[in-house]
Amino acid sequence: MATTEAPTPAARRPVTTARGRHRRLWNVVALLFAALWAFPVYWMLNSALMPAERLRQNPPLLAPLHPTLDSFAGILTDRVFWTSLGFSMAVTLLAVLVSVVGATLAAVTLSRFRFGGRRAAIVAVLVIQMIPAEALFISQYRMLDGWGLLNSVPGLSLLYVGLVLPFTVWMLKGFVDGVPVGLEEAATVDGCSRIGAFFRVTFPLLGPGLVATGVFGFLVAWNEYTLAFVMLASGDRLTLPVWLQTFSSNVQETDWSGVMAGSSLIAVPVIVLFLLVQNAMTKGMVAGAVKG
Amino acid sequence: MPEQLTPERLGAQVAPGALAPGGAPAAGARPRRRSAGQRLAPYLLLGLPVLLVCLALGYPMVRQLVMSFQEFGLAQQFGRPPEFVGLRNYADVVTDPYFWVVVGRSIAFCAVSAAVTMLFGVGFAVLMQHVSRLPRVLLQSALVLAWAMPPIAALTVYTWLVEPRYGFVNWLLTSLGLQSFDGYAWLAASAWTFFLVASVTVVWTSVPLVTLSTYAALTQVDEEVVEAAQLDGASGYQRLRHVLLPIVRPVVLLLLMLQVIWDMKVFTQIKVLQAGAGNNERTNLLGTYVYETGIGGGDYGMASALATVMLVLVLLMTWRYLRTLMKQGEL
Repeated sequence: MATTEAPTPAARRPVTTARGRHRRLWNVVALLFAALWAFPVYWMLNSALMPAERLRQNPPLLAPLHPTLDSFAGILTDRVFWTSLGFSMAVTLLAVLVSVVGATLAAVTLSRFRFGGRRAAIVAVLVIQMIPAEALFISQYRMLDGWGLLNSVPGLSLLYVGLVLPFTVWMLKGFVDGVPVGLEEAATVDGCSRIGAFFRVTFPLLGPGLVATGVFGFLVAWNEYTLAFVMLASGDRLTLPVWLQTFSSNVQETDWSGVMAGSSLIAVPVIVLFLLVQNAMTKGMVAGAVKG
Repeated sequence: MPEQLTPERLGAQVAPGALAPGGAPAAGARPRRRSAGQRLAPYLLLGLPVLLVCLALGYPMVRQLVMSFQEFGLAQQFGRPPEFVGLRNYADVVTDPYFWVVVGRSIAFCAVSAAVTMLFGVGFAVLMQHVSRLPRVLLQSALVLAWAMPPIAALTVYTWLVEPRYGFVNWLLTSLGLQSFDGYAWLAASAWTFFLVASVTVVWTSVPLVTLSTYAALTQVDEEVVEAAQLDGASGYQRLRHVLLPIVRPVVLLLLMLQVIWDMKVFTQIKVLQAGAGNNERTNLLGTYVYETGIGGGDYGMASALATVMLVLVLLMTWRYLRTLMKQGEL
């Protein structure tokens, strides 16, 4: 998240000993909690780098002194992992592509046009965003079943569009709002058509916003478990989260190292993307708000 | 495309907060007569997004509502036309004592998880204001890490952490002298420890958003206000209690409301942890109960009624969030 660093009052004052002692205490508390929050992620990587047999011994090794990539190799040679990766990729990319196109249309319309029902449409975006997938999956399942789209890319993608589109509209609308209308108007004065002005002036400035929004949508769909679990239950095609869950409940008796390697393979790219887009998000907002 | 950009319309209809920064009315523009095409343009542009939402959410919602008034079981799946039974499904739902057990459980789980999340979330934000740079950055990074972790990966890790024989938690507790945790099955042995683990995973995932938002809000509090309070002799606690927290209250309330909504409809955590527990009946919350009734048991009529009750619950809670948003003028 974008957090501006403001110096706390204590930092600018000569530190008295009592305050210094308090601060040291709070520092220790903060470090302990940081360790506690990071620990599960650390433990995942630690276990993934451990030989499988070592995990079936007590006491556990707190650090991978003799790291091995065997478990990763095991996952990467698993055919089901790759087919699930492909399926996840297809479902997610289709959903994000459709969502971003739809959301751009909606965001530009809501931001740049004044029309009857505009306010109602904005309220609708907010309300729809709040509909829990968990309360609709029964009839969504019946619907896809009726259309023969269970266990298929278009079926799951359609449901993911429902999941991703509303908040994508909301985010993108923020970005479009951030590009001054004056810029477009200046371009029309200089002889651009209005459509031309939009594509030459506003659209390029929306770039970072589109990327950030797209990646956020990608992460939501990529990580989604509930709908995938329900809609894919009767077939043999899996998204990665469902694959990991099936894999871990099948083999956990013997191979926790493999399960943790699978978790890491799913988590690490997602974490990296997440960190990247956090930056792009703040930059995009700044670019939108400041330029012009 | 952006045809209707006359500043008059912008100025007249948009709340000040929503006005694009820098979008001040340009001098000399005048309202223009709009052709029918121009008036239709926004509706045409909205066509695709509206169609998508209707397909993915609107149609299933209507269908679910209809199905909740129908007898829709296994026979109907094999082609027998569903029969309207009025409110019978709803009557069956509310007269089933197990439904009330599940509702009570869901509310309790939601209340505890949301309260603990807010406590840690806001606590960490205040803590981050009182520590040196390095610990603050480390805590912030740890939180972002937890936030970015895919839920399913996090759940797998937690299942491994509480694994009875070789899990880290039991090893730690037994080395601390608590021998009763030797081989203890956190998920299977008791519903209490099951929900404890579930709640910890939910809190672990949810705290980062609360902390980072609250911290951002706290750093935007005008320092002069804080210093004035300090000059007036307010102690650190008093400054926090009477100056800082009231200012960030709207943000915190908003986060609390979102948290309650999210924790009320929790599904993934419970479903995945149930795979390691066995006895679903003792551990069902609303989400998993709907799943078991419908997809598991094939009674779509009942499940639709249940899901509709849940939807109404969540939307009722959401309504207050929306009103807050509207009051803040973000629309």
